[in-house]
Amino acid sequence: MYLFTDGNVLSLATFFPVIGAVVIVLLMMGRAMLGLGKQLVDQASRWIALVSSGLSMAAAIAAWSLYDPGLGGVQLVAKAVWIRDFNVEYFVGADGISISMILLSGIISFIATIASMPWWGNHQANEMAGMHDDGHDHPQHPKHFSVRMVPGYMAMLLLLQTGMMGTFASLDMFLFYVFWEVMLLPMYFLIGVWGGPRKEYAAIKFFLYTLAGSVLMLLAIIALYYNSQPALLADGSMSRLHTFNILEMAKQAQAGVFAAAAPILGFGFTKIVFIGLFIGFAIKIPMFPFHTWLPDAHVEAPTPISVILAGVLLKMGIYGILRFNYAILPDATAWAANAMAIFGIINIVYAAFVCLAQKDLKKLIAYSSVSHMGFSLLGMASMTPQGISGAVLNLFTHGIISSMLFLLVGVIYDRAHHREIEKFGGLAAVLPEYAAMTGLAFFASMGLPGLAGFISEFMVFSGAFPVFTTYTIISATSIIITAAYYLWAIHRMFLGKLNQAYLGFPDMVWRERLTLYPLAAFCIVLGFYPQMILSMINGSLHELIRNIRPL
Amino acid sequence: MGHESAQLVPVVVTHATWLWLIPLFPLVGAAINAAIGWKLQGLFGEPKSMKGGRGKQLVHSIAVAAMMASFAVAVYSFVQLAGLPAEERTLQQTLWNIFSAGRLTADLAFSLDQLSMVMVLVITGIGLLIHVFSIGYMAEEPAYWRFFSYMNLFVFAMLLLVMGDNFAVMFFGWEGVGLASYLLIAFWYTDPAKAAAGMKAFVVNRFGDFGFIIGLMLLFWGLGGAWEARPGILRNLDYVPSVELNSNAGASTAAESDALAPRVNGVKVGPTLNFRELRDQVVIEATGVKEHLAGTTVWGVSLLTLIGMLLFVGAMGKSAQIPLFVWLPDAMAGPTPVSALIHAATMVTAGVYMVARLNFLFVMSPSAMGWVALIGALTAIFAATIGFFQYDIKKVLAYSTVSQLGFMFIGVGTGAYWAGIYHLMTHAFFKATLFLGSGSVILGCHHEQDMRKMGGLKKHMPITRWTYLIATVAIAGFPIANGFYSKDEILWKAFTSNHLALFGTPTPWLGPLIYVIGLVAATGTSFYMYRSYYMTFTGEYRGGGDHHGDAHADDHGAHAAPATTAARTAAHGHDATGHGAPAAPAAAHAAPAAHGGHHGGTPHESPWQITLVLAILAAGSVATLFLGIPVLWQHTFAHANTPPILEHWLEPVLSAKVTFGHGTQAMEWLFQGLGVLAATVGFVAARAVYKDNRNEAALKAMIERWKGVWTVVYNKYYVDELYEVMVLRPTSRVARAFSWFDGKILDGLVHTVAAFTRAFANLDGAIDKYLVDGAVNGVANVIGWAGGSLRHLQTGRIQTYLYGALGGALVVVLVNFLIS
Repeated sequence: MYLFTDGNVLSLATFFPVIGAVVIVLLMMGRAMLGLGKQLVDQASRWIALVSSGLSMAAAIAAWSLYDPGLGGVQLVAKAVWIRDFNVEYFVGADGISISMILLSGIISFIATIASMPWWGNHQANEMAGMHDDGHDHPQHPKHFSVRMVPGYMAMLLLLQTGMMGTFASLDMFLFYVFWEVMLLPMYFLIGVWGGPRKEYAAIKFFLYTLAGSVLMLLAIIALYYNSQPALLADGSMSRLHTFNILEMAKQAQAGVFAAAAPILGFGFTKIVFIGLFIGFAIKIPMFPFHTWLPDAHVEAPTPISVILAGVLLKMGIYGILRFNYAILPDATAWAANAMAIFGIINIVYAAFVCLAQKDLKKLIAYSSVSHMGFSLLGMASMTPQGISGAVLNLFTHGIISSMLFLLVGVIYDRAHHREIEKFGGLAAVLPEYAAMTGLAFFASMGLPGLAGFISEFMVFSGAFPVFTTYTIISATSIIITAAYYLWAIHRMFLGKLNQAYLGFPDMVWRERLTLYPLAAFCIVLGFYPQMILSMINGSLHELIRNIRPL
Repeated sequence: MGHESAQLVPVVVTHATWLWLIPLFPLVGAAINAAIGWKLQGLFGEPKSMKGGRGKQLVHSIAVAAMMASFAVAVYSFVQLAGLPAEERTLQQTLWNIFSAGRLTADLAFSLDQLSMVMVLVITGIGLLIHVFSIGYMAEEPAYWRFFSYMNLFVFAMLLLVMGDNFAVMFFGWEGVGLASYLLIAFWYTDPAKAAAGMKAFVVNRFGDFGFIIGLMLLFWGLGGAWEARPGILRNLDYVPSVELNSNAGASTAAESDALAPRVNGVKVGPTLNFRELRDQVVIEATGVKEHLAGTTVWGVSLLTLIGMLLFVGAMGKSAQIPLFVWLPDAMAGPTPVSALIHAATMVTAGVYMVARLNFLFVMSPSAMGWVALIGALTAIFAATIGFFQYDIKKVLAYSTVSQLGFMFIGVGTGAYWAGIYHLMTHAFFKATLFLGSGSVILGCHHEQDMRKMGGLKKHMPITRWTYLIATVAIAGFPIANGFYSKDEILWKAFTSNHLALFGTPTPWLGPLIYVIGLVAATGTSFYMYRSYYMTFTGEYRGGGDHHGDAHADDHGAHAAPATTAARTAAHGHDATGHGAPAAPAAAHAAPAAHGGHHGGTPHESPWQITLVLAILAAGSVATLFLGIPVLWQHTFAHANTPPILEHWLEPVLSAKVTFGHGTQAMEWLFQGLGVLAATVGFVAARAVYKDNRNEAALKAMIERWKGVWTVVYNKYYVDELYEVMVLRPTSRVARAFSWFDGKILDGLVHTVAAFTRAFANLDGAIDKYLVDGAVNGVANVIGWAGGSLRHLQTGRIQTYLYGALGGALVVVLVNFLIS
């Protein structure tokens, strides 16, 4: 454990995966030049991925335990000047909000890596999934993604992990943007190469949609930069004219620097910048009406990529809004709060109804993600301690629960090769363990007390209620609709008479258990002791809203 | 309404380190059976549906031992509690802080006061008995371990519900029992009808939860004093909580949150989830909280009424009141011990418990009380009439439960909290006896639930018959068993309550009206219960033999057959639970499920686990009458003036003091007489029609004559169909519309943008290709063409050049000539 110190832990968590990716690329070159065997390179790259992702998770857990919630504020800082001419620094650190996201990112990444292996299964399940690795491609019988172009997959997966970790750890805007964009490319390839039948469509949709958001975000970042004032750099010198330092910018915002900036096209500077940033992040959340890329991306992405997408990537939208909009543009945030809440309830209720009409299990779960992310929007818009703490806790709990849900979809898809809810039936009789695990995840997602989802929903409701009474009542109807669509899905998939087509299907194998049981345990522990995460995030969040609305 | 709250003091708690053991044991039992129960059951290689194998003994030993341990700790706690001075009878234990943000904080904490003690004893005591009963009843069940695991899980959740020290823990239990109920109703999940019944129960309860949550939010923020500053409903961020009750400061831990709370005279005030903190600040008038709450209106309605109504919506769901009662009759799809434990004795009384727990809150709003009592009364009579014509013995009992829950709500609604709780307790005994008795009958008749296929069972099942009869006497309201005492007290209190209101208007007539409704419902209760008794136990046995085809013979075509088909397929199919499962038909009119080789035999008395439990519960149904001997009797016969034992015991918890109108002793005697008369009328009527099945022809003629009314009542007033039209169809229509909008409009928009971009790109490409490139190429082409053309000039022949030169010279000369 002495490997990790306050100063290096976040950097290690960020760069362990990319080091693995580099080694894998070297191996690929070795295969091309030295003629290393395919099996050898495949297996080696899997191990490298596991080890580097595992180390990254270990660093993330270490960071979580090193962070002192009693102290609050930004800790675990590492800082160096990167590009002096543009005042860009390598500046990482964590406050209560990011430390919870770093922990989540570490855990989900490692679990996704495990889920990417063709190992720890049994023969029958592997056969069904198409994991037999005979070195040949069968066009009519597609192979499982875990045995196709393995080194490339692993390298991309690791690069993605570095991007995610870096995004949460960055405290320099430029660095943040670099990591943000670093995530985009591997995601594109992971969906576009290892995805389902309509993978190209989904990958391009995802890429272009996110990129469109990034452009707005970049413009907003540049606008902020050119209106900022100089600040101290890591080496103690003063930056030239402006700064990319997020914390400094927040301080300057408190001093009214951005409020005084010249209007853009006749509109207030902070409002325009707010909108630019907000749309960029809203696409990632995804917020109605920018959410339609999500179901497609999920449906086509291989299981572990769906897990990362729902478990971590979606959280970046809310995280970004808190880190940028809330911290740097407090007055514009107060101005936009009502609109955010309205979009929040649209997400919650609209997506819940859409879930009710879904026929594809993965789409249902994708839309339920849209619905649940709405809780975060509503909660953070209320600017009450309960609301905003609930919003961030919701990120964490949804990260755990939605990861479970997508893993579970993967389990059945690997066996049945379809996801149509109607076509199943009575599965509980042949797959009792799978049915129990799915039941747990569904009930957690519908906010059953004692499981992770409830507390965050409850906190969001009680935080939003005094501020947005009517909205909260409308969104609380979702507890009925959510129960209805999940129970109906259980009913159609698991209960009733067994569809004979599924007789003799193998129940969960060890790979699936390795990924699901830890998450299930998390689900229950967080259900009874969410204070574990809340005690980390509360302090930083309450500071944040105090800036917007002094108590 | 009179108040004697001036001398009320904060609740004094005694810390108890063992309280957590009460829910822990069932939790451990549930966990063990869930994790390794199937292995234990198969340990000796016995067939899954074999009766009483050693594997199954292991499984039920774990579950029953957990219940015994829990009951033992509960009894120990009772002894401890009784040893304390009456005003200090609250045991409390905090395990850890669940969450804290601002003033919103909740501990995982338990408390046992007189009220929750009664509940805990009922839950663990009757729960233990029903576990023992299940050993006999579920003996052939292949998924034995799953059943016992769920049952223990239920008890765990129910204990959380009643022992919770705050709303959060209570709600954990509240939803936990919902989950267990869902799992147990859908226990024989291969039957789609049963699985659907489970789903229905959960979703309908979620409607109640919605109200509960909103009510809780209102209460929380009402205490925060947040309402004066609200200019309208559409809010923006100028919400300012009042300074003294500031609920919005950023505390992150329980200690910080506690430090934030202002105190008046040492009493913590402001928003809280904790029952004791809530009670203290409300009942101790010096805090000003009561005034503050009473003087607050939201949307023109008294805040307290709104809170009471919304919390009661939660109770409507759990406790099956109009209009959310529809799930309970369907819940009979679960195994009969489940119906007895969850859907009669314990879970469905959670709403009653909640109202009694929050008595100090409800008592502040006469309108909320009026509504609770009125809806209780309406439910009581409505469900009782449905019970008249049902043929499924469990359905009769289900509607009876709905009706009896209505009586309990009359009690807690009018402010006779102790009477409501007493009826809860007496009902737990006699209804558990009735349900388990019906289970014994169903088992004895080879999984037959239709009373038309029974009859004459008193010869074959004497113990079941006598216990069923005792419980029928109890529920009908004859003074030799407990039901009379609780029901009479409730009705008397209803009649003398003159403080109720509706819509904020005092309605002194409401109490007597509720009394009349209640009395009619009591008459009906006596009728349908004796009807079920006579149909089942007297006359000749009508079961056995071939009755496959004629299940619907006298059904008057009132009901469709799909349920029958479903039940049959389930029983015939090679499903997971196998043939041994008592796959009782889910719908009332389903044909008896075919069971391998069971048919045609005579009914038989049930095994000792069943009859023993029946005997104990029936004895309890009589013995518990001593807890509620009316003051009137004591006054008359013993010249004493002591209140009933249970009232005295509960008195310190029920700090809400309601003053009822004064009735003379003569009047009270008269009303008790009327109660007995009602029971007698029902009894005599049922006896005349149904005893020994002797008036069948007359009955049929009567039904023919009142066909219209009969069909409506028989089909439960078409409430399910109403829900289908009013709720289900619109919901699925909205869902499909939104889904269409998402796919076609929103994604269509994205695709349109993409198409425009592509079209623009193509246009751009075309411009590039034809205009820009075209211009460049055009120049090149012109030059090329010109060059090509000119090439012809260069023939290389000297003559051509000479002609050219000559021509040129001619042109020059000509031009020169013309110009000059």
